[in-house]
Amino acid sequence: MAIDCLVLGAGQEVGKSCMVVSINGKRIMFDCGMHMGYTDSRRYPDFSLISKTGDFDNALTCVIVTHFHLDHIGALPYFTEVCGYKGPIYMTYPTKALAPLMLEDYRKNMDRRGEDEQFTSDHIAECMKKVIPVNLKQTVQVDKDLQIRAYYAGHVIGAAMFYAKVGDAAMVYTGDYNMTPDRHLGAAQIDRLQLDLLITESTYATTIRDSRYGREREFLKAVHNCVAAGGKVLIPTFALGRAQELCILLEDYWERMNLKVPIYFSAGLTIQANMYYKMLINWTSQKIKETYATHNAFDFKNVRNFDRSLINAPGPCVLFATPGMIVGGFSLKVFMQWAPSENNLVTLPGYCVAGTIGHKLMSGKLTKIDLDKDTQINVRCQIHQLSFSPHTDAKGIMDLVKFLSPKHAILVHGEKPKMATLKERIQSELGIQCYCPANNETVTIPSTHYVKADASGTFIRSCLNPNFKFSTCSSTDKSYLDSNKSKAVSRLSVSDDRATEGILVVEKGKKAKVIHQDEFLHMLGEKKHEIQFAYCFPMHMARTEDLSSTSHMLCSFDKCTLISRLSMILSDELSEGNILDLGEELQVESFRVSVCSSDNCPHRLSSSLQNGSESVFFCCHWSVADEKLAWKIISIMKNSTL
Amino acid sequence: MGMLGLPFLTRTKDFSAKIYVTEAAARIGQLMMEDLVSMHMELRQFYGPEDSAFLQWMRWEGLEVLPSELKKIILGTDCEELGAWMPLYSAVDVKDCMRKVQTLKYAEEACYNGTLVIKAFSSGLEIGTCNWTINGPKRNIAYISSSIFVSTRAMDFNFLGLQGNDLIIFSDFSTLDTTENMENDNTYCDPVTSSNASDDLYNLEEIAASLLKDDESMEEMEKLAFICTCAFDSVRAGGSVLVPIDRLGIVLCLLEQMSLLLESSSLKVPIYIISSVAEELLAFTNIIPEWLCKQRQEKLFSGEPLFAHVKLIKERKIHVFPAVHSVELLTNWQEPCVVFCPHWSLRLGPVVHLLRYWCSDPNSLLILESGDDANLALLPFKPMAMKVLQCSFLSGISLQKVQPLLKALQPKLLLFPKDLRCKIQISEANTIIHYSENETLCMPSSKESTEIDIATDLASQFHWKTLKQETVTRLDGELFMDQGKHRLLSGFRQADSKQHRPLLHWGSPDLKRLLTELSKMGITGTLKKVMDSAESKNAAGIIDIDDPEKALIDVRETGTVIITADENLASHIFKAMDIVLDGI
Repeated sequence: MAIDCLVLGAGQEVGKSCMVVSINGKRIMFDCGMHMGYTDSRRYPDFSLISKTGDFDNALTCVIVTHFHLDHIGALPYFTEVCGYKGPIYMTYPTKALAPLMLEDYRKNMDRRGEDEQFTSDHIAECMKKVIPVNLKQTVQVDKDLQIRAYYAGHVIGAAMFYAKVGDAAMVYTGDYNMTPDRHLGAAQIDRLQLDLLITESTYATTIRDSRYGREREFLKAVHNCVAAGGKVLIPTFALGRAQELCILLEDYWERMNLKVPIYFSAGLTIQANMYYKMLINWTSQKIKETYATHNAFDFKNVRNFDRSLINAPGPCVLFATPGMIVGGFSLKVFMQWAPSENNLVTLPGYCVAGTIGHKLMSGKLTKIDLDKDTQINVRCQIHQLSFSPHTDAKGIMDLVKFLSPKHAILVHGEKPKMATLKERIQSELGIQCYCPANNETVTIPSTHYVKADASGTFIRSCLNPNFKFSTCSSTDKSYLDSNKSKAVSRLSVSDDRATEGILVVEKGKKAKVIHQDEFLHMLGEKKHEIQFAYCFPMHMARTEDLSSTSHMLCSFDKCTLISRLSMILSDELSEGNILDLGEELQVESFRVSVCSSDNCPHRLSSSLQNGSESVFFCCHWSVADEKLAWKIISIMKNSTL
Repeated sequence: MGMLGLPFLTRTKDFSAKIYVTEAAARIGQLMMEDLVSMHMELRQFYGPEDSAFLQWMRWEGLEVLPSELKKIILGTDCEELGAWMPLYSAVDVKDCMRKVQTLKYAEEACYNGTLVIKAFSSGLEIGTCNWTINGPKRNIAYISSSIFVSTRAMDFNFLGLQGNDLIIFSDFSTLDTTENMENDNTYCDPVTSSNASDDLYNLEEIAASLLKDDESMEEMEKLAFICTCAFDSVRAGGSVLVPIDRLGIVLCLLEQMSLLLESSSLKVPIYIISSVAEELLAFTNIIPEWLCKQRQEKLFSGEPLFAHVKLIKERKIHVFPAVHSVELLTNWQEPCVVFCPHWSLRLGPVVHLLRYWCSDPNSLLILESGDDANLALLPFKPMAMKVLQCSFLSGISLQKVQPLLKALQPKLLLFPKDLRCKIQISEANTIIHYSENETLCMPSSKESTEIDIATDLASQFHWKTLKQETVTRLDGELFMDQGKHRLLSGFRQADSKQHRPLLHWGSPDLKRLLTELSKMGITGTLKKVMDSAESKNAAGIIDIDDPEKALIDVRETGTVIITADENLASHIFKAMDIVLDGI
């Protein structure tokens, strides 16, 4: 059996995230986004690849949306209302609550851009009715076989990574996530799961970021300098997410610095959005959550609604305007007015998709932007790019992949060359097979299956008792290499062979059965035949004077002394095994050695005749399991002197 | 709440168990416990020593000197009388208790020790209340507590989540107190047999639909509406209304309905909520959409507050105060008014003062939840001129719905309370076992053996061996116990140590064949000593090896010893032995 992943979007690019995964007969669509950089058919995933006939209800088991950003949900109303998908759609409570605001805001702005309408207000409302909200960690039984579960992703409010399990095969689709907490959200959190496949975003596949704190200060300073000089600050954002995060930041700063400059939200970013945030405070960071009873952090004191007439009003201000990336609409309108003045500042938060004005502004110093044939904008204002982002950096991605240790990984939502670098790292450093498919490609990976067997009580009980074997293996710790003195560090390694005491028996027409090896012979009605190794040989003695005159008549005290001396030698030279000094006998796993005082020991070979009184015979025996260990001990004994 | 007794347990010295609680129940429960402790503290300030944790008389020193017979009468058999009395827990006890609690969301899987998967499913009774399922390798158990199918505030009873469990513990005692069939004495039994309506229903959807018919919740809403009109009549007559009901959901709904009714009239009557935790509790109810019923969740999606009290507090129609002596309360106080405050026992909290104040006013109204203790509760305030309205609210599965519910869940084994036996006849479960208090029952195991899952990629690497009837192989890899499942997965051992060697041999070796096998390997030896034994055709003996090195093979009936100084030779001889013996 295999898992098939059809990439409909965000393959080797950022935009229109959409992945259709077939797993043990179930077909799940993860995200249904639109591409902000295109205005033609390329802005939507190519749904015809899912079903030629357009019968999406039978082609898909369910749709799962990770968060409310348009590149993850933008195509959903189109898919349900225009393409006609009627099956279940899952998203978290905040995503379901906030997605209509995002979609509506986008739709309005697009109307003004004069494009053909793709979906209506009613479409959005109808689409959202089909959505089944889920809570974090809630195990949702989509049908008899498919189980899904959301985990906190920390990218925007309500963002989730989704776990899906069908039969024995399991996978995680991360959506966008952040491994470090920010102003209003916590860090991503997930259980250690047994996974066949991890599909992860890779926006910052090669970037390693330092602390947010400095970057935040940079942003606040840029804003403060601008308003102090009487300038206007434009922050183009999408309705939700960044706006609230930056607003918490500014609100806090305003309080501390006692600033009175107004902060405005444009019409799309209604204060209403904050109402949602207040109810969804449980989905924010711990710090904000704790204060809900006394002061809800989303009760902004300095924030007002913006009126269009204020665009050219004198005096400084800060304005959050939609849509982000300046793709059109109101933010573009304000930008056209404010860009020509060098007093003003445009702050671009986060990623801007290629093809947008935001992307052009970020890509370098330019003085003019051609909007269309007739319109040209002079850009003299300052541009500040926010260098903190709600996406995880390369270290975060590596940490997550390492933590989950899936059998395979797929990278999406990133830039092709950087993804290739990350893919190499994942394969070489973590030994995990990794892919970064392009759009409309399918990746097929094998999936886990289990065969079932009944286990006997004896086997289960024996497995409950630990049967640890401790061994120290010496290895060179790399961290010591820097200090020029490479130091051998011995590490304790633990192995446990409980499972190997089990025997699987398959009889025709019966269910496979696992029994303990002790039960096995009884089942066969046979008797055990034990094969052992034995060897009795002399060991050199350094001085014999303190021992009794004849080696034949060693008293038990001397035997103990010899054994403890041997024990010392072995513990110095032997890196593995647990040496047990049992008085007259030494035991290392199944290997046993004792002083042999019988001349007729059957374990002596005639060739190894005694070399006089300077040697003492030791009789060893062991079983095959510890063969290697036994020969190592014997060679140590032969090469040392007691 | 079923949680208020928890600190009594967790404060005992050797308590070490894990406690699972839903997130919402934990938060609300903690607030209610804190409220209880603070009311108790106030009481002690007035009537007892504030500082000492244990009251002198509670040590029962006086009882120790009594003769044993007398002591037994006072303490009660099993100590259920005075002997069970103990001092209330402290704020520290509550804090310690909460620290031991692990909170869960609905349908979140908690794995206990890798063996048991514990899940909570909404029960509909109150915000955060739940039924539990426990899935183990040997049995799946569902525990059903008092549940309400359709709720106007909390998330509905998710009975479909309880499907697929072979053992159901039915623990909804709410019908025990109802008088539906209890007009006469206890010996009279008139059990509700399965109603005709539910008999006709066979498929799950139909049963589910019939269970979810919200006639009960309609009835509840009518009840609330009736209470509101009674309250309205009182305030119109100039009296005040006192509501010491502790059920959060009912209080929230009453607040909404009552203020709606007051708003529609021209009466300007304030609503006061007096409790040390009211402010936080009300704020909390508005940030937990995931725990509420569908209608409330719709409010989230349309951007409205989940409960109307948010707006009402902002409009200053509802006033929230931490205590009767708050300065804000004294400056705002206005009569007639409607007051919600604890405690339902009428012995603790703000209600005591207000009841004393109004109990002689015939226009005022006290709204109580009815129960056995209502008369006892009112005793100190008698004679009362104040009107008293006792009401009962739906607090569990009604008798008519028990049968169809069990039909939907299809348990193999049902544990049913003995006390409810005469109220209802169950025919749905294969086996019914009645349980009663202080009795331990042993359930027969439902699964004979434990199932073990072996990863196919691992199984394909096994070295199979065919015996007479069966194919066998020694297992490999590591056994994991996770999510109640035994799983054998390929381990993380290095490949070089994975030399495949049979570890267990049986049978007795044919010495001649052994010599042949050895010579095939280039090892020559002679059979030195043969000890004939009558029983076995394969003789025991010693084989002397000369080439390539000296070695001895001492073969006996039950075992063989290989004696050699050469590692290589030893392993070759072992291989030869392996061929002539059966091994795994």
